[in-house]
Amino acid sequence: MSKLSKYRDREAPIQQVAGNGLLDRRALLGRGVMLAGAMGAGTAGALTGAAAEPLAEAPWSLHPGDQVPPYQRASHYEDNVVRTVDNQNRAPGGQRARTPHQLLRGIITPNGLHFTIMHGGIPDIDPAQHRLVIHGMVRQPLEFTLDSLMRYQLVSRIGFTECGGNSAPLFSNEPIQANLQALHGLSSCAEWTGVPLATLLDEAGVDPKAKWIIAEGADSPHLTRSVPLKKIMDDAMVALYQNGERIQPGQGYPMRLWLPGYEGNMNIKYLRRVQVTDQPGMTYYESKIYSDPLPNGKDTQFYFVNEVKSFITSPSPGLNLREPGIYEITGIAYSGSGRIDKVMVSADGGKSWAEAALMEPRLPKAFTRFSLPWRWDGGPAILQSRAWDESGAVQPTREQFVAARGQTSKPPPVGGFPGHHANPITSWGVDAKGEVKHVYA
Amino acid sequence: MSMRKVALLTGIAALAFGAGIALAESPHLGKPIAPSDFAAWDLNVLPDGSNLPPGGGKAAEGQQIFAEKCVVCHGQKGEGGLAARVIGGPPKATLDGGKVIANYYPYATTVFDFIRRSMPWNAPRTLTDHEVYALTAYLLAANKLIPEDEEMNATTLPKVKMPNRDNFVVWFPDRI
Repeated sequence: MSKLSKYRDREAPIQQVAGNGLLDRRALLGRGVMLAGAMGAGTAGALTGAAAEPLAEAPWSLHPGDQVPPYQRASHYEDNVVRTVDNQNRAPGGQRARTPHQLLRGIITPNGLHFTIMHGGIPDIDPAQHRLVIHGMVRQPLEFTLDSLMRYQLVSRIGFTECGGNSAPLFSNEPIQANLQALHGLSSCAEWTGVPLATLLDEAGVDPKAKWIIAEGADSPHLTRSVPLKKIMDDAMVALYQNGERIQPGQGYPMRLWLPGYEGNMNIKYLRRVQVTDQPGMTYYESKIYSDPLPNGKDTQFYFVNEVKSFITSPSPGLNLREPGIYEITGIAYSGSGRIDKVMVSADGGKSWAEAALMEPRLPKAFTRFSLPWRWDGGPAILQSRAWDESGAVQPTREQFVAARGQTSKPPPVGGFPGHHANPITSWGVDAKGEVKHVYA
Repeated sequence: MSMRKVALLTGIAALAFGAGIALAESPHLGKPIAPSDFAAWDLNVLPDGSNLPPGGGKAAEGQQIFAEKCVVCHGQKGEGGLAARVIGGPPKATLDGGKVIANYYPYATTVFDFIRRSMPWNAPRTLTDHEVYALTAYLLAANKLIPEDEEMNATTLPKVKMPNRDNFVVWFPDRI
């Protein structure tokens, strides 16, 4: 805070710190700092409009409102703030629901808006009958009920969960025209509460020769993934609560495996079985789906970690700029390798960069909200964000990403998955009308 | 144990394990379970063939089952439709697509494991182990990975050499 207060009393106009109107990040944080150009033409016009009609009592101010509901939902004025759900015919490929990042702020994804992918529909599991079995290379196979897990000391942690196929449209050789939700909506962040899986494995007594676990769900695909024992003993959780309430049916009710920073598919929902082994299971999803051809002819295996990524949530496609003036550029950064150290923002397609402000809390393997004031002069702009994490990893440019991972030869379908673990810089092109489009720069 | 001694031990534990978590006796609320009591769930087949069930099956029988239960999603010749292609495909997968059994899967055991746990999509776990072996044999033979008349069983299946097995790069070897 001392660093901030240093600037609070300063009344000097904030200077442009990078090309095409990027302003000092402290402008939004410090009170009493005047934004240069804030009283520009656009704002003056708004003032004139406000004066045209005097304020009166609104209808809702003149009588008592509605009954208080037992479970409050969002205002009906927010009915457009929903996930997009594909495959409405429910073909066997599964269904995906994507988070509307462009309409949300902060770092926590509301439970009903958390992304999900279901390979066999949402099961209706009776929590009283659900069982979790731990077996394999252990001293004593054990069976747990939800009631028994509830008696353990539960731990809570805020963190992101991201599908390994999130951002897959960025493998396209041409920029796919879709909004943020379609491009990056398979990623969300919540507070998860549950029992460290290491505690349960310790009770079962893991054989020192064991190296992996294979986790299995109780829904109809009986989906299995292999996870290194190292990760399990580090920070894996059998999650029972999501943002304070029992985890959602689409998130694995009554319990899921939660692996901070690891690709979503490994976070087995409806967790019913954990087998401790000395080898990976080479299940369908790790053998085929979450493995990708590389430009050198090889194929990736056991990618697991969602690497450092960021994207600007506003402005973004669909959130067009109405008039020149001051805007907040804000977005989300995260990394499966730890905390976000730094986010840089460009308004000129990467020619110059300014450091964005990072909002607290800034937690490891969790969404971090960044922000930077920008004065749009009404000309073309290309907005980009680039993140660094505490492991020293930096988000690749699109050029670097394509060199390492390749691209398609023709644009795939918008919801297709040509590859996985895409994390290049995302670019939003702003034209003179203020319209925002997905571009490559 | 005196309260003072408890307080002392708790203090030491807090120092050793951080402020939030005192050294708690693990509750041990898991109930011991015998392997026979979770046999119906014990589905994982490992690449070395561990846990493959007794019995076996051949391609001819698998072809009949495929025609009856699989073509609706995977196509008459396994060329794909509502669900993925399972027979044939390009020699090499690219980012444009084309990952199939013959050019991608490192282990044939995956075919058995996935069919047994997940297929048919609308009625998983309705196939017998024998039928799963037969379907596995059919897919491997149709993909020219085994001879037409070779039986797939716990001994033969793990020995099937998959062409792409040695083509993988472990992305984060230090995480394993």
